[in-house]
Order: sequence, then C-alpha cells, then structure tokens
Amino acid sequence: MKIAFSTSGSDLNAPLDTRFGRAAKFLVYDTETSMFQGVDNSQNLTAAQGAGIQAAQTVAAAGAQVLVTGHCGPKAFRVLAAAGIKVYTSDAPTVAAALKLYREGKLKESVEADVEGHWA
Amino acid sequence: MIIAVASGKGGTGKTTVAVNLARVRGAGVRLLDCDVEEPNAHLFLRGEVTGSETVSLPVPEVDEALCDGCGACSRFCEYKALAVLAKRVLVFPELCHGCGGCMRVCPKGAIREVPKRIGVVETLRAGEVTLVQGRLDVGVAMAPPLIRAVKAKVPDEGDVILDAPPGTSCPVIATLRETDYVVLVTEPTPFGLHDLKLAVAVVRELKVPFGVVVNRAGSGDDRVREYCRDEWIPVLCEIPDDRRVAEAYSRGELAVDALPEYREVFQTLFDKIAGREKVPGNLCLKKEGGSCEPGVI
Repeated sequence: MKIAFSTSGSDLNAPLDTRFGRAAKFLVYDTETSMFQGVDNSQNLTAAQGAGIQAAQTVAAAGAQVLVTGHCGPKAFRVLAAAGIKVYTSDAPTVAAALKLYREGKLKESVEADVEGHWA
Repeated sequence: MIIAVASGKGGTGKTTVAVNLARVRGAGVRLLDCDVEEPNAHLFLRGEVTGSETVSLPVPEVDEALCDGCGACSRFCEYKALAVLAKRVLVFPELCHGCGGCMRVCPKGAIREVPKRIGVVETLRAGEVTLVQGRLDVGVAMAPPLIRAVKAKVPDEGDVILDAPPGTSCPVIATLRETDYVVLVTEPTPFGLHDLKLAVAVVRELKVPFGVVVNRAGSGDDRVREYCRDEWIPVLCEIPDDRRVAEAYSRGELAVDALPEYREVFQTLFDKIAGREKVPGNLCLKKEGGSCEPGVI
C-alpha cells in the first residue's frame, strides 16, 4: 500500500507540510517495499486557484491509497474521497514521525475537510 | 466618451468622484457601477429600478454515459474546475470561468454547458443620470463576467462614467479595458502613493490615457505630487481635505449638491478629462527617454 505525505523536503526526516494543495512535494511511501519516492507538486505553488484539486489528482495518479497531511480543505477532500483515498491529518513534525503514528494506529481518519477552502 | 474612475487603494474617493462627475455632466450621462462586489453609487444617486436582468455563466455538465475518463477536459482547464479520477469527473462550478474550452476539447462530446447564475444587472433612473449597477450574488467569486455584463450597457453614443472596483486585479482590468480615459483617485499618504504606483503600472500596460485626482489634499504629504511630476502624470484636480464633504457623504448627499462651490471643482475636472481645458502634463502612455514633451490633454 502507498501512503502519500505532504512535505517540503525529499526524505523521511523532512518536515510534514501542514498544507496539502500548496505543499512543495509529496513523499509516497510503499509499505510493502519500504521504499519512498518524491512527487513534485511545485507547479501548484503559483496556481491561481484549484491547488487542492490538482494536488489530489496528483496523489491519486501516484497510486496512493492513504494521504497524511496537516490539513485538508473541502474541494481537495471531495476529489480524494472520489478517488477512494483515505485522509489522515497530523501535526507530527516530520514525515517519519507521521509514518510512525500512522503505523501505531494513532492517527484518526478524516470523514470531512478539517479547514475551510483557502486556508492559510 | 468612456471615463473610468479607478484607484488602486480602496477608500480614496472613487465613488465620490464618479457620482459627482455624473451629476455635473447631467442629462444623458450613464454611470456604470462596476464594483459588483459592493456597488454603492446607488446610495448617492437614488432612483427607481427600471430594469433588472439575471446574469449567468456557462458551466460544464458531464454526461457520464458518454465520458470515458480520458481527462482532456481537466488537463485543459487552467482553473481546475474539473477533476477526473478513473472514470469519474468532478465539476467545481464555483471555479469555472465559463470559457467553454472543456466542451471543445472533449473527444466524446460528453460535456454541455448549463447556466449558473452569478448576479444581476440593474438599471436605475436617478434624475438626469441613468445608473447601471451589477450585484454579484453572495458566495460568488467570479466578478469579471458580471462586470462585462454591466459594460454591455455602454451606449453607442454619449458620456459614460465607470466606477471601478479597488485594487489592480482581474475585476479592475475588466473594468478599464476599452475605455477612453482613466481617472486614478488617490490620497496624499504613503498607502495612497504605494497603490497609485501599482494602478499607474496597470493603466500604462492597458495603454489608456490617464490622470490623477488627489483627494483629501492637504491631509498628508507632497510625495504623490512629486511622483506625478517625475512621471509626467497630469494631476487633474486636488479635492481639499474638507470635513463638510465627508459630512455630506455620510448623509448620502453629493458634494456638488450640498456644497455649491464644489460644482465648479467637478465641472472643471470633467472639462479637463473631456479635453475642454488645458492642463499641465501630457498624455504620453509611457515615459521613454525624454521623448515626451509637456503638452495638453
């Protein structure tokens, strides 16, 4: 199973980005192989609108079934839900810490967006 | 002549200038309130609504029976108003700018356009002035299409005054396009000057002749005047920092009605804009290596 994390860095020790749509990239971690790959999201940083929607499509295209991020707005959530991607929010400082919390079952699955659109 | 009143900074006196100009121009003039997010000219030019039209934007509707999920529509859409996942298309009408591109690029003909209401255009008769205003529906973020609907009421002949929204973004561009002259209203403060510079950059890009009105003159410093002098921008008029103007405004009265001496101020301003009176400065759109000679409007 693949888990996507929003981040500004390129390895597991990188910070977990609290933003989803305008995070610089996603780290997609494969639980079966313990490998991870970076997926660029930088084109969304300057998007006039719809960054969350585009980011959700990017995460879906990367084959992730789970997303761990800081916050998720309503439009992104609608796309992620349609793609069958489970969303977990976390305030963990790093991707590795968020992964550990997820594995320990300490993250709660979101049933709806936790912030308004255009948050931050 | 189509005259737009704009500013950059909000609250500098766009509406004050627009409504007073309309009043002194008198019979036959049309004032278009293009600040569709919060139209306020009607507070000063009160009249009866003589017409109202609903304005809609064409947004996509997808026939899922025809759609094969190729994603061409989503890739085309600059505004991410469509998302395609496997064979499902999600439409976000609130993000759609109504360009119709998704419909054209769909190889299966699965997209048609349906109207989405965004607001109304109202016409009011206020004495000699015809006031047209757009009112954007609550929750709608797409002002330019409604502004274009308001501007469709520009008549073929006669003088038209456009009251622009503040700022320098899309709604302002939509308002200032295809006008004959732009009046930039500013105030003699650091904020006023800062945003005036942004507005000047926009108007120069649009290549529309323009001049500056300094409102509340005497309340700040001389930097706006110095900037205009250095940039060869004509200062058309300075409206003094007069408490009586603010008091009339707070009662919903026009300065030219409440304070007769202001009639001449705005009449002179109108005459300068219309080219009936010479003013210092010139009309050059862009200062280029001294090629501009001081002239007249």
